[in-house]
Amino acid sequence: MTSPSLAPGHTCTTTAPLASAEAVTKSFGKSTALAGVTLQIHAGESVGLLGPNGAGKSILIGLLSGLRRPDSGTIRLFGGNPSNPRTRLRLGITPQATAVPQNLTVGEAVRFVAGHYPDPVPTAQLLMDFGLLEAERKQCGGLSGGQQRRLLVALALVGRPELVILDEPTTGLDVDARETLWRQLRAYRNAGGTLLITSHYLEEIQALSSRIVVIDRGTVIADGTVDEIRSRVAVSKVSFETDLPPSSFLSLPHAVDVTVSDSGRTTVVTQDADATVRELVQRGLAFAQLEVHGATLEEAFLALTAKEQP
Amino acid sequence: MSTGMQTTTSNAAPSQFSLIRTHTKAQLLEQLRIPIAVISSVVFPALVLMFFVVPQSAVTANPIASLASIAQLAVFGVMSAFLFNYGVGVAEDRANPWSSYVRSLPVGALPGILGRAVTGMLFAFMSLLPVLILGALLTSAPDAFTSGDLPWWRIPFAVIVWLLCGLPFLALGLFIGHLCTSKVAVAVTQVVFFPLAFAGGMMLPPLMFPDWLNTLSLFLPSRAARDLSVFALTGEGLEPTTIVCLLAWMLVLGAAAIWAARRDQGRRFR
Repeated sequence: MTSPSLAPGHTCTTTAPLASAEAVTKSFGKSTALAGVTLQIHAGESVGLLGPNGAGKSILIGLLSGLRRPDSGTIRLFGGNPSNPRTRLRLGITPQATAVPQNLTVGEAVRFVAGHYPDPVPTAQLLMDFGLLEAERKQCGGLSGGQQRRLLVALALVGRPELVILDEPTTGLDVDARETLWRQLRAYRNAGGTLLITSHYLEEIQALSSRIVVIDRGTVIADGTVDEIRSRVAVSKVSFETDLPPSSFLSLPHAVDVTVSDSGRTTVVTQDADATVRELVQRGLAFAQLEVHGATLEEAFLALTAKEQP
Repeated sequence: MSTGMQTTTSNAAPSQFSLIRTHTKAQLLEQLRIPIAVISSVVFPALVLMFFVVPQSAVTANPIASLASIAQLAVFGVMSAFLFNYGVGVAEDRANPWSSYVRSLPVGALPGILGRAVTGMLFAFMSLLPVLILGALLTSAPDAFTSGDLPWWRIPFAVIVWLLCGLPFLALGLFIGHLCTSKVAVAVTQVVFFPLAFAGGMMLPPLMFPDWLNTLSLFLPSRAARDLSVFALTGEGLEPTTIVCLLAWMLVLGAAAIWAARRDQGRRFR
């Protein structure tokens, strides 16, 4: 199976993190990609790295996989420097986007990556786990989008890694293909593997992670269990018709944002709809046609990242 | 791979040799799957031989002139294989997200570089074969050896010299590949390749050049490579300045290639 091979000797050591970033900064010209990120990932964790586009997720992953070096701060991987190839022997990584080698067959690509590891998963076994056995002799460029994505995740697991980094693993996949991938990743996690997943989809992070790190504008703005983060971003929308200006509602308890639609409806985004409505009534503010509905996950996430603006 | 007990992970890591083999195999497979790349680098020198040399009976009847033509087309093939493999290949790799993924694997830069070098050498070598075979069949070149005028060891010796003469063009390819995007690299490589080949006397012998072109030609790396290649096979026509010229170009282009590669890595690793 695609389980990590935990050699005796380093499992019994202390709780040193598998990967860590310590006050890491990174700039490109005048734009700051990471502004002091500190993060630790321990064995057995399943961490979801969440953030809007351009938040710095991919840069952080580039640093952890040794492709880039930080301007200041320290990046450690298995206690070593990720720029040293040997440090990356226990790391598995899936590239973002469809980065397959166009002219190699699926089998050749798997065997090529397997050739970098001491004890790779047998190619046939890996292809079977990911439903790619029939495609073994096909050139990668001729695979469907879903097959390419499954291949890239399979490549991350071929070396029996202790830590797997997945950058947007299921973007653009249909439900079936996504379920296949999620099943494989859960199996890897249940066998003791450690996962770091980036996505801008809360749903994917929720399905696979036990801990969520929200990153925005180059800093970590929230770090906690899925439930903790969900309670922080559990926002609702209270909407009604009124003649009062939007500013009159911002002072309501737990209100995060107030907007007015083109049709004249005022919407209050709140973290506690009950408390907000209770206060709305008690203050005697004029309103009609009251509706309360939960915000979508996306809206909740936007509320979190918007609120933490500097 | 042994399946025995492995005490630590790092001891069991694939050897550098095995990584080089893995990368060479992948690069060869990728290149061979693009038939046009194979055909153009392997068949092109042979075509030039058929069109420019074989119809001239004055050349084909003279063993030494035939050998000179074969040698200049051989180094022409080597130059083409190196320039295109490195110029276009490196530029394509830089734009390809797969190669950035490969850099995140537990492997240093060396196996990839050597894999490309072996691939380039093999293509260069493949381009030599049709020229040698056609030359042996359609010209009087073999007479120089059968008559005892030239020793047989000159043939393997010349093959090695030809491949070495390609090194300045390998460096030029690296320089182009690290500076240009892949589309620009294709154009630049072609623009550089044809004048270099022609003015270097690889398609028509320099004897047929007007004086001004011959003078210009003597300063080109392609001319120096051509003269040395002809000398390796026939033992004729080598001036000391040829070696100086080729070494000078090797240094200049090598330095340019290293500069471009450093600059490029600097940008990517920023």
